[in-house]
Amino acid sequence: MSRELTYAEAIREAIDLAMARDERVFLFGEDVGVYGGAFGVTEGLYQKYGPERVRDTPISEAVIAGVATGAALTGMRPIAEIQFMDFITLSMEQLVLQAAKLRFMLGGKVTVPFVLRTPAGAGTGAAAQHSESLENWFVHVPGLKVVMPSTPADAKGLLLGAIEDPNPVIFVEHKLLYRVKGEVPEGYYTLPLSRSQVKRSGRDVTIVATSLMVSRALEAAAQLAAEGIEVEVVDPCTLKPLDSDPIVRSVVKTGRVLIVHEACKTGGFGGELAAVIAESEAFDFLDAPIRRLAGLDIPVPYNRELERRMVPQVDDIATAARRLVREAH
Amino acid sequence: MNELFADLTPERLRDLLHQMLLIRAFEESAEQLYLQGLIHGTMHLSIGQEGSAVGACAALRPTDYILSTHRGHGHCIAKGARADQMMAEFFGKESGYCRGRGGSMHMADVDTGNLGANGIVAGGVPMAAGVGLSIQMQRQDRVVLVFFGDGASNEGAFHESLNLAAIWNLPVIYFCENNQYAMSMSIARASKVDRISDRAAGYGMAGVTVDGNDLVAVYRETHAAAQRARGGGGPTLIEARTYRWKGHSKSDKQRYRTKEEVKEWQDRDPIARLVRHLIEAGLLSEAGLGDMQARVDAEMAAAIEFAKNSVEPDPATILEGVYA
Ligand SMILES: Cc1ncc(C[n+]2csc(CCOP(=O)(O)OP(=O)(O)O)c2C)c(N)n1
Ligand SMILES: [Mg+2]
Repeated sequence: MSRELTYAEAIREAIDLAMARDERVFLFGEDVGVYGGAFGVTEGLYQKYGPERVRDTPISEAVIAGVATGAALTGMRPIAEIQFMDFITLSMEQLVLQAAKLRFMLGGKVTVPFVLRTPAGAGTGAAAQHSESLENWFVHVPGLKVVMPSTPADAKGLLLGAIEDPNPVIFVEHKLLYRVKGEVPEGYYTLPLSRSQVKRSGRDVTIVATSLMVSRALEAAAQLAAEGIEVEVVDPCTLKPLDSDPIVRSVVKTGRVLIVHEACKTGGFGGELAAVIAESEAFDFLDAPIRRLAGLDIPVPYNRELERRMVPQVDDIATAARRLVREAH
Repeated sequence: MNELFADLTPERLRDLLHQMLLIRAFEESAEQLYLQGLIHGTMHLSIGQEGSAVGACAALRPTDYILSTHRGHGHCIAKGARADQMMAEFFGKESGYCRGRGGSMHMADVDTGNLGANGIVAGGVPMAAGVGLSIQMQRQDRVVLVFFGDGASNEGAFHESLNLAAIWNLPVIYFCENNQYAMSMSIARASKVDRISDRAAGYGMAGVTVDGNDLVAVYRETHAAAQRARGGGGPTLIEARTYRWKGHSKSDKQRYRTKEEVKEWQDRDPIARLVRHLIEAGLLSEAGLGDMQARVDAEMAAAIEFAKNSVEPDPATILEGVYA
């Protein structure tokens, strides 16, 4: 059985189910209690679970990451929220130098099972310090997992999967997806981390997209279908560890690949994906160069039109995919 | 020195009142324009806190620096910025203070010593130590005042900055606008210490709490801190107690406080208070106040016109300005 939920509601349902099922799970962060979170994601959970398990913290991102790490290390299953992904920059030391490495450094004697949820992305007019997409920073760190769901059903299943996972997971939500609706199965279910999903099949060109860019790629694919171009859309869902097989298989089939993400192009996840594809057996099947379409290499501008142009839009994706299909090797 | 007005002349007092009225009018206009869909994003209004912004900046010289916050329109105007270029920034126009790239949360007027609002809570606090050090090393007769909220005082960087400024004796004024809340988190829940200014003792610097809705009191304490800093006496932590009348931002349901509490603080309006004192002292008439308000309204109307008539940034320039 399933019903329509928004992405935000699906995340809330996942937290609720996890808290109901496992006493060790608790939620904390800035304004997650009575306020319900800056984007309303945790609405009602404080009323249901009380101040012991739903905790407002002071504005202290370093210690939020520290509390997640320390509590996870000693038997709890924390869900931390960093109010905007931009502010995760203040949590870096505990995440990168402690949480990520503790298990390895201590010879495998400990686990650090927490989830750190955080909303990323531009498109809200919030300018350069409230619009970041920093996921690839964490992809670079051994010991962290990085999950970026693109639909309500994926968000719920992946969040529950992340909560069950015995490792620190950075769970990146997208602000513009919060109000997007989709069919979501009822009850408790987990989606395995590290499973790429083919969101649409097609034979002419592969688009690998993440987070908000998945729905934009699907819209572009629908446009192109009308022109007779069949696009295959693959969503990695989990950036680290990456399930590369479905991506490689798709490129073997289509011979053309466009990688789309919102984060700035230089140093973004697209570079990693391009390298994975180039190093794989798909290389011999490429009929055109691997292409990337990503955020411009600038801070997110406040001006509405500049902000729009900074991030790939449906038309940009369609244009890039169309050009790629017409390109010969 | 007049107890009630410190060393402020009647003319200066009227000018400071004008600034407070302009800040309020600016923010009321901004809110209206937002509701009309003419400006986008979000904004943080400082209505009710004008006394601390204007009182603090009144104690500074044009050559002194400030670092501001996400709730920074008042600081910006009080340090000398023009309402029209601020409004143009709100509209995202090329003629705005940040060429439409920054918006409300990054409003800056470097020419009047305002090094910028900040989207990051406590973002300006560590930088203040750097500005203070720069002033000290260049042997300049300047100070830097950094505004921040009660919530910011719980960021680690706040503590690092105070300690460093203290040991290096830097000319920094740490100016905390304690408006009782950080979004939904009251300072009473967020700190075990009653007075944020008590934290100064932990770093060996002077600390003082002042009524932030009493412009003259704020001026007096900030003036003393600036004199101390200029005289080589090092940093000061000032806590100005005040209140934000509006929600935290445009998406706040305000479930964490009561209407009665808001009303109680509205009765302590810093503007009404200065008006009352000036009228009682014979330094302002009802007619004079009316004229002043009319000038403010005209200034705001002109600012909005200027913003509306300004051009959008040229999309061809989108990659500009990242590197020098
Ligand atoms: C590092 C960081 N954490 C969280 C936020 C989100 N945020 C913006 S303003 C704010 C409350 C700030 O409270 P306070 O410092 O008291 O200033 P006020 O809003 O009351 O003026 C929060 C949590 C942020 N912008 N930066
Ligand atoms: Mg506050």
